[in-house]
Amino acid sequence: MKTIKILTLVLITVVFSACSNDDDSTPAPVNAEEVITTLTATLTPQGGGAAITMQTRDLDGDGPNAPVITVSGDLAANTVYNGSLALLNELEDPADNITAEVQAEDDEHQFFFSATNNIGTIAYTDMDGDGNPVGLTFTVTTTTAATGNLTITLRHEPNKSATGVSDGDITNAGGETDIEVTFTGVNVQ
Amino acid sequence: MKYCMVLVLAVICQFASSQDCKYTYVGEVKDFHDGTPLPGATVHLKTQDLYVSTDFNGKFKFENLCNGNVTLVVSHIGCETNTVEVTIAGDTFGTIKLEHHSEELNEVTVQGESASKTTTTAQETVLKTETLEAYSSGSIGDALKEISGVSSINTGNAIVKPVINGLHSSRILIVTDGVRLQDQEWGIEHAPNIDINASGSLSVIKGAGALAFGGDAIGGVVVLNPVKTISKDTLFGKTIINGQTNGRGGSASSTLTKTFKKGWFVSGQGSYKRFGDFEAPDYNLTNTGLDAKAFSIRGGFKQFEKGFDVFYSYINNTTGILRASHIGNIVDLVNAINSNMPLFEDEFSYTINNPKQDVTHHLLKTKFYKRFESLGKLTIQYDYQNNQRFEFDRRVGDDRDKPAVDLTLKTQSVLADFKFDSNINRKFNVGVLFRYQDNFANPETGVRRLIPDYEKIDLGAFVTTEWKLNEQTILDAGLRYDFNSIDAKKFYIESRWIERGYDNDFANIVIEDIGTQLLVNPKFDYHNISASAGIKHTVNTNATVLFNYSLSNRAPNPSELFSDGLHHSAARIELGDLRMKQEQSHRLSGTFTYTNNTFSATVEGYYNAINDFVYIEPSGTEQTIRGAFPVWEYKQTNATLLGADITLGYIISKHWGLSNIMSYIKGDDTKNNRPLIDIPAFKTVTTLSYENSDWKDLKASLSSEFVARQSRYPNNNFEQFIASTGTNVLVDISTPPSAYHVLHFNSSIRLNKTEKMPIVLGLNVNNILNTSYREYLNRLRYFADDLGRNVMVSLKINY
Repeated sequence: MKTIKILTLVLITVVFSACSNDDDSTPAPVNAEEVITTLTATLTPQGGGAAITMQTRDLDGDGPNAPVITVSGDLAANTVYNGSLALLNELEDPADNITAEVQAEDDEHQFFFSATNNIGTIAYTDMDGDGNPVGLTFTVTTTTAATGNLTITLRHEPNKSATGVSDGDITNAGGETDIEVTFTGVNVQ
Repeated sequence: MKYCMVLVLAVICQFASSQDCKYTYVGEVKDFHDGTPLPGATVHLKTQDLYVSTDFNGKFKFENLCNGNVTLVVSHIGCETNTVEVTIAGDTFGTIKLEHHSEELNEVTVQGESASKTTTTAQETVLKTETLEAYSSGSIGDALKEISGVSSINTGNAIVKPVINGLHSSRILIVTDGVRLQDQEWGIEHAPNIDINASGSLSVIKGAGALAFGGDAIGGVVVLNPVKTISKDTLFGKTIINGQTNGRGGSASSTLTKTFKKGWFVSGQGSYKRFGDFEAPDYNLTNTGLDAKAFSIRGGFKQFEKGFDVFYSYINNTTGILRASHIGNIVDLVNAINSNMPLFEDEFSYTINNPKQDVTHHLLKTKFYKRFESLGKLTIQYDYQNNQRFEFDRRVGDDRDKPAVDLTLKTQSVLADFKFDSNINRKFNVGVLFRYQDNFANPETGVRRLIPDYEKIDLGAFVTTEWKLNEQTILDAGLRYDFNSIDAKKFYIESRWIERGYDNDFANIVIEDIGTQLLVNPKFDYHNISASAGIKHTVNTNATVLFNYSLSNRAPNPSELFSDGLHHSAARIELGDLRMKQEQSHRLSGTFTYTNNTFSATVEGYYNAINDFVYIEPSGTEQTIRGAFPVWEYKQTNATLLGADITLGYIISKHWGLSNIMSYIKGDDTKNNRPLIDIPAFKTVTTLSYENSDWKDLKASLSSEFVARQSRYPNNNFEQFIASTGTNVLVDISTPPSAYHVLHFNSSIRLNKTEKMPIVLGLNVNNILNTSYREYLNRLRYFADDLGRNVMVSLKINY
């Protein structure tokens, strides 16, 4: 009988100690920290003039709603644009500036640009510590009038030394895709 | 006169002495269980070295005994010998009880190798210590594949979940040391927290026939039993050391047990495994290392009539996840599927980087039992489990070392059961269960929770019975009721809440709106009835047949109910459904066993009809800023599983033997009229073995394992627009990989002469021909081949 008593005692102690840490409170919400909700590409003509902005914005993050993609206007033919990219997490208040994070780890990130129908050629104008391109700043050179798609991809931990990658060819880049957006029907006039 | 006095004293002394030793002891020997007298028992009066036998009424008599203590040793065929101290105080009468049930006897006296079945009419297979030892450096999931009809669903090579007759995860109960494992078994990438080295034997019960363990084992039950102890003064143990080429690592495991004649025992066990990156035949599987630590201690007191034990075990596994399987979006998935090589490969390393899992499981159990004469055995058990799961993803910036998943699951259970076994032909077992579970998802991860905070209460009650009709036929039946109640608090992204239609069906459970997210409080109750009935008939000395029907109900698990969001490590959006109902299985099974001197065969057939069967399959894509992701949705349908498992053995000669296991299963979705997803393909393993007990106890075997291509699968392939190339491509996530054939070699020799404490050296080679293959039920099959050749050397020392 002694064993029973001891066992019962142990049991009761454990049950109570384990139940007492019970948290009936409301769980804290989690706002995903690494989410990039918004990418804005700003294209400023080198000779001066109004900047064109292209934006993708996905305010429900990984939720079911697709990103909202906007292009503010048409590009002019035979023009060189200075481009820059800005990344935000607008789920946080105030919005989190992801551009700075990418800049701080620029050797682990690279943007890739691809355009269809010869709407323009894109060249990198920035470099990481190893002399490889990053793509936060770039130029877009247009020639004749055309309509096509512009795709911007951000890869995390790409293999920057693989063939063609530093020239902007994504084929051998590897890594993971953090952003992939296609601006369709971009007009060059 | 003085002389006379001495004489008188002497006479008195003589008188007194003869007066003291004239008593009679009449005893009665009875069966402990039902109190029936046992005739023909031998009673040995140790002090005078006299033997008598009990008469027809179980009675015996010793005459001319002195007052004081005597020792009687009572023995009877089929009983455990009982030694009792009897105090003679005048003419004395006493009853001595013997334990008379052979199967109960196993429980108290037989050590080590013994492995008895837990069920009568269910399809049950037992793996003994020797078999388990061969998997000392592996996982329980690998060892279970020795059994026909048991396969595994893998995430790489280290995360191995058992699949019984096509069913896995929440449909399989894993019971270790009488405790139902509560370790977030809902996830496919959640391997059971079991150290195979801690078990003495293991048995797999197919289907839900073993109602004492739970009513929701639609797939089956895996029961792990500790090494049995014997009540005598002894100290024994063993150490197994293992080294292998693939993974360039090894394992070590040690067990030590001290037992005492009176029934006390204490036992300790520890093991450690460490591997670096594993290899496929053509490349490194970067970041697939493993670091596994486990220890357990057990102590207690064990006698036939009463006993208790206290058990604690600790398991910690850090498992690397194949680096190449961590992908960004659907384009990466397409690239991975279309490439024959993993898209990320590095040099061999022991370092386990992200992505990885780090899981710790604590289990504390205490059990008490007492037998009541002519009635039965009462067992009361309490257990506490704490499962801490971290999943680390590849993240950037400050979050680099933060886990993406941080879940703490605490479970407490109290069980009580009473076995009425006084009538060996009509046994009953009744039991009750109370369980409380608390899950906490840490918000510090900075990643939305895949599984929410919840509290769960389970109540259960069962009765099972076994009727021996005659020497050839045994019937068994059981009934169980379970009540499950889950109370969760979960955040939904508002757009998801609306997309799922929950704003219409579950508007009343919203407790807070925090802008982009809603906090909701789902509370669900489930009532589950399960039942089982079966018959075992011994046709003759060679043949036995079993039939069993079982009904079981399983409440949906947290993953099936609440999953919502991007599973980063799998690069897919997984969606549960709050409307999920219980699934209900009707399983009919029949088994035929034939054994003679040289040949043995077991043929098991089954038909399992599952209503509201829960499954997950791809159902399209969703667009995010990272590109498109495949959506995997939990759905319900009606399913049937029809299959057969065959085990054959043939002794060719004194030294040679041949054996084969094979299994085939046909899974159908009867609602949508198509095959079920993730059903194991036809498999056959043939083993040629050689044994020579005269020469170092040599054992050697060559196995040929053939797995067919799964030709029956639902086609969930879809087309995806790839922006960078401006083309549509087919995303082939359905087509199963080709058939494969691999050869394995196993061998061992005994290095010393002492049979009782053998030192055994083993040499095993898996995948001898270094064949490249992929397995349909490996979630990483899109990314890399399975393991290449692996040469393993092991040393086992018994002491």
